[in-house]
Amino acid sequence: MPTTLLDVRGVTKRYGGLVANSNISFQVGYGELVGIIGPNGAGKSTLFDLVTGFQPADEGQVLLEGESVTRLRPDEISRRGVARTFQKLKPFTQMTVVENVMVGAFQKTTDPARARNQAMEALDRVGLADKSEAHARVLSTGQRKRLELARALATRPRLLLLDEVTGGVDQRSIPALVDLVRRLHGEGASLIVIEHNMSVIMGISQRIVALNLGEVIADGPPAVVGRDPRVVEAYLGQAYVA
Amino acid sequence: MAPVARWPVVRWTAAGVLLLLLLAFPLVFTQPHPRHVVITIFLFAMLAQAWNLLAGYCGQISLGHAVFFGAGAYTSTLLGKYFDLSPWIGMAVGAVVAVAVSQLIGYPVFRLRGHYFAIATIAVGEIVNTLMINWDWAGGARGLFVPIKRPDSFVNLQFHQSKQSYYYIALGLLLLAFWITRKVEVSRMGYYLRAIREDQDAAASLGIPVAAYKQRAMALSAALTALGGSFYAQYILFIDPDSVFPTALSILICLVAVLGGIGTLWGPLIGAAILIPLGEWTRIYFGGTGKAVDLLIYGALIMLVSVIQPGGIMALAQRGRRRTG
Amino acid sequence: MTAEVLVQGLVSGLLMGFVYALIAAGLSLIFGLMEIVNFAHGEFLMGAMFATFWAWALLKLDPLVSLPLTVLLLALFGLLVYHGLIRWILGAPMLAQIFATFGLAIFLRAAAQALWGADFRLVKGPLVDGRISLAGIFIGLPQLVASVGALCAFGLLYWFIRKTETGLALQATSQDRQAAMLMGIDTQRMFALGWAIGAACVGAAGALLAMFFYIFPDVGATFALLAYVAVALGGFGNVPATLLAGVIVGIVEVLGGLLIAPALKYAVVFSLYLVVVLWRPQGLLGRF
Repeated sequence: MPTTLLDVRGVTKRYGGLVANSNISFQVGYGELVGIIGPNGAGKSTLFDLVTGFQPADEGQVLLEGESVTRLRPDEISRRGVARTFQKLKPFTQMTVVENVMVGAFQKTTDPARARNQAMEALDRVGLADKSEAHARVLSTGQRKRLELARALATRPRLLLLDEVTGGVDQRSIPALVDLVRRLHGEGASLIVIEHNMSVIMGISQRIVALNLGEVIADGPPAVVGRDPRVVEAYLGQAYVA
Repeated sequence: MAPVARWPVVRWTAAGVLLLLLLAFPLVFTQPHPRHVVITIFLFAMLAQAWNLLAGYCGQISLGHAVFFGAGAYTSTLLGKYFDLSPWIGMAVGAVVAVAVSQLIGYPVFRLRGHYFAIATIAVGEIVNTLMINWDWAGGARGLFVPIKRPDSFVNLQFHQSKQSYYYIALGLLLLAFWITRKVEVSRMGYYLRAIREDQDAAASLGIPVAAYKQRAMALSAALTALGGSFYAQYILFIDPDSVFPTALSILICLVAVLGGIGTLWGPLIGAAILIPLGEWTRIYFGGTGKAVDLLIYGALIMLVSVIQPGGIMALAQRGRRRTG
Repeated sequence: MTAEVLVQGLVSGLLMGFVYALIAAGLSLIFGLMEIVNFAHGEFLMGAMFATFWAWALLKLDPLVSLPLTVLLLALFGLLVYHGLIRWILGAPMLAQIFATFGLAIFLRAAAQALWGADFRLVKGPLVDGRISLAGIFIGLPQLVASVGALCAFGLLYWFIRKTETGLALQATSQDRQAAMLMGIDTQRMFALGWAIGAACVGAAGALLAMFFYIFPDVGATFALLAYVAVALGGFGNVPATLLAGVIVGIVEVLGGLLIAPALKYAVVFSLYLVVVLWRPQGLLGRF
């Protein structure tokens, strides 16, 4: 069995003349939590799209447990065990909370009763079980983040990609969300997390991959990456949320 | 919120009573006209239910469903005319033809989203209509008469003495459409279709093969619509491109579902039970079909529904219940 | 088929193409502004043709004379539709938006039929009539005037959205609603204006068509479908590109009729729509 869960090898994505991702390589091991940081427009969400098949890479390869998923469709990659959330939240607004999560659970079962049970378990894990019969459209932003997380968890993924855990969430709800991610990691989940809030990402990640202008400028433990002169330079002029 | 557990019981009891009433209807009303009105309601409720599977649950607004209706009507009629096959076999073949056509159309068209998709389905409908008008073997613009068979028999699906048999066959088709929709609604497919309707990217991220499920919904919808088409041909005994392929028919099917409430099991029946008698009534009251008073009212109703409650009458009813309950 | 027939066809296709372009321009403008397809666009056109017809039948006004009135009437009607219907469905699901304008289309068509019946009507003996012959090519004078008129109207529209301050505000709203709002543009007013102008374009097209085309309640349907094709060709929201797109539609229609079969000419045009949206969804020329 290979020791790396995800192996991103030199992926490149261009939009016309603009290079959104340039020759990006990094790895994620089993049970690891990798944080991805970078200023706005660094190419973080594009990288997620390339890994999960929402956009085709122009060059490079993505390997999951040693097998290429580079040319697969998003749903195929999901069924291989990669789940994700979106920076711009995408709840199924006209369905109830539990129905939202059932859609995820149906990946591993066709039985509605079993899907419902698994969905309730996932909702329990993210602390949203009491809202299970509410319509998704009435949820707050923080609750919607939890909902998307539960939906992704319900697919029982091997790797979970979270795009902006705390973005747009009010200050009071942030600690609980951060705890949730930390707990998932503690339970053995492998995660890649995009996060703007520096203190959050430095606190929870085992490793940080820093992007700037579509390139990897640093890859290492949080303490090292945080002091890397290139990272500091990239963030100059940006609000460093300490 | 109303006690969740009790509502389904009430609802299914009501459904049972309704079914008994519908079964008894032809025994009480023996005149052709009331029967004809209810048969038409059944037919359109069924067509709207078929459309609802694709548009209401899966969110793909097709404005060209007459293609499948026409495919059913023409297949059974042509097979009867040239090969003397029973309409029942023709109906089955018609459904298969409609499914094949639907997959052929769906493959390119499902790559489009929103308005592009809706207009593309109109375009396909118009193309097929034009082709049928110019296809002489299939009767061209003059249309086709269904070969008359006597005496009345179930095998021939023709009944010249009374509309009673047509009535029960139409009811059977409606129940079939309801049963299939209900089966889909509570199964994994129902959840997947609604997820696709709400957000295709999120659906794909959860492992749903979006294109394949759209094709499946389209196939089911097309097959059911084709059954309705074959029934129509056997009921009216004459078809031409103008009566079974026009965009106006596609629109009417949507109107029924939209008025009743799309994405709901009961919406299509409610919509048909309102629109069809309304059309009949205006025709009698204002005389002739040339005045188009029925369409005038349909148009106004649809605008009202769109503005006030896009969920249709079902959503209005639910809102009312929540307020009182 | 002789070369003469082909040239004759191409010329008439070109002339009709300018009229299609004008119809499509209004549709594209409205879509670009608020991502709503006006499914009643053909019925707007039908209304303009009937207005022209009645001005001629009752007031003895030639279509060219009543044209400004028709344009004004349609612009007002566009405003009415915006304020009475469209404004209420701006944030609604796409389905509600589709059916609102669809309902309007059905309503208007039925209203015309209820009021004036399904008869085909024709403006007889318009000011401009007959035909001229140029190097063996016959050109109907009303058609020629209609296409020149459509071209002028199109030019006016182009000048308005490209050169005037209000036009630039329209364009800004079309490109980025949020940014336009931040710049202090009243987007609601822009939407209303878009409907007024969009309807005015169809008003002009309807008045011009009424010089030589039969007038009946369903007349708009075919023109609207051709306009969708032109809008898709030019790219939804790209107003200037609809000029070229309209001409392409006009020529494809004629060529389809000549080379394949007259009865199939519309099927050929609609196939063109499918090919374009599938192969190049942003249109041949992209968005402005």
